[in-house]
Amino acid sequence: MPEWWTYTLSDFLMFSPRTYYRMVELYNLAVWPLQLVGMAIGAAIFALLVGGRGPMRIITALLAVCWLWIAWAFHWQRYAEINWAALWFAAAFVVQAMLLVVAAVSARYEIASARAGERSFAALLVALMVVGYPLLAPLTGRSWTTAETFGATADPTAIATIAVAALVRGRVRWLLLVIPVLWCVVAAATLWTMNAPAWLVVLTAAAIALWPSFRRR
Amino acid sequence: MWNRRSALRALAAVGACAGLRPPAARAQTRAIMTRPIPSTGESLPVVGLGTWITFNVGSDPVARNACAEVMRNFVEAGGRMIDSSPMYGSSQDVIGDGLRTTGLAGRIFSAEKVWISSGAQGRGQIEQSRRKWQVGRFDLMQVHNLLDWQEHLPTLFAMKAAGEIRYVGITTSEGRRHRDVEQLMRSHPLDFVQVTYNPADREVEARILPLARDRGIAVIVNRPFREGALLRALARQPLPSWAAEIDCTSWAQIVLKFIVSNLAVTCAIPATTSVAHVRENLRSASGRLPDAALRQSIVAAVERV
Repeated sequence: MPEWWTYTLSDFLMFSPRTYYRMVELYNLAVWPLQLVGMAIGAAIFALLVGGRGPMRIITALLAVCWLWIAWAFHWQRYAEINWAALWFAAAFVVQAMLLVVAAVSARYEIASARAGERSFAALLVALMVVGYPLLAPLTGRSWTTAETFGATADPTAIATIAVAALVRGRVRWLLLVIPVLWCVVAAATLWTMNAPAWLVVLTAAAIALWPSFRRR
Repeated sequence: MWNRRSALRALAAVGACAGLRPPAARAQTRAIMTRPIPSTGESLPVVGLGTWITFNVGSDPVARNACAEVMRNFVEAGGRMIDSSPMYGSSQDVIGDGLRTTGLAGRIFSAEKVWISSGAQGRGQIEQSRRKWQVGRFDLMQVHNLLDWQEHLPTLFAMKAAGEIRYVGITTSEGRRHRDVEQLMRSHPLDFVQVTYNPADREVEARILPLARDRGIAVIVNRPFREGALLRALARQPLPSWAAEIDCTSWAQIVLKFIVSNLAVTCAIPATTSVAHVRENLRSASGRLPDAALRQSIVAAVERV
């Protein structure tokens, strides 16, 4: 890209905020009531984490289903209509789903032996993504129909995945973190460019979810 | 040099142009100012319609209908040039939808771009764009942001020679690669060049606009309002009293009149999703234009914000 230093983030925003949230709204209407399934998956992950004996393989597999669904139904089918980069996002989400599946079935993927406090922290973040994140829509003056829900849209799913991946031991944790963290950066940058206050929520929640990963070895 | 005499000449051209319009059109549209495309003499209204961001509305039927209404009002108010690019997401599909539902395809001047980093795939992309617009051929095909111009320009000139497109151009925006633009204007028989120009971004006044006049190249002006930022800044100031002297009732009209009062400019292409705004923009293509002194006043007003 010649003269790349002359470009700003806004040069890459090819749709208006109104178009973006209208896209989310139309997606929500089209897939309803699958949002409830996504939230049920989130609730199940929460319960497995809180229970303390929940096998990480199941939690990871449930997350993989969410990433695959979002790749297809959200990025590929909807977001790509207004942002050609969403085709690449879809590919990245498929890769993340594959990584989660491989991690779930891999013999080397250890059942998390995280302390109860760590699991509770991850569970709390997952709960916030399931119950709290959709509230951003009405809290920022948008209609409920534009609410972004866990399992159906990218941001809360990515943040919850970061929280869960923090419980995983070994180098695989970092493999599982790369795409969710990158997505949160892209999402926050997009929201910031749209002057949407949610950018701060995405970035802060992602940082909080990531924090335990640096505390654990 | 732009002065009162030039302005009067431009007004005379407007009057002549209005005289050529059928009575029905004259009743609907005020006298629309036109400029000739230097390479052919074909006249174009000085205000067109851009589609960056505004027409990228995906498959939303409500937003698509709104865009079709913008296009219908644009043409009814005397506009012709609609500009888009494969880079603009769903804009091409939305234009095609609008042209189909309004039946306006024969009344517009279609300006498109080739935007792909492989010369070999240029023709394929142009054909894909044509299908999206649902037109027989494009009037103007431009190399978007000079991307791979070495390969695309020969293709475009060959297409023009074969009658597959009518005009060839290049584009840039926000002041990028002006040296390359200048070099291409000197070395190739371009019909059009598209650049950014407004009272806040006047770099092209120094070399590119004079060169366009010397070389007989039509000029399309993009980002006249800096994607609305310029108007949002100007909105904090009351409309100056001298706005009435050039028949302006809004800052948007003042900015557009500043742009088109430079005689090197053929067409400015503001983008909008609002019917009221597209009508307001088209009204800038009629009435009096600012002379050199008023142009300075406009620049001063913009520099204050």
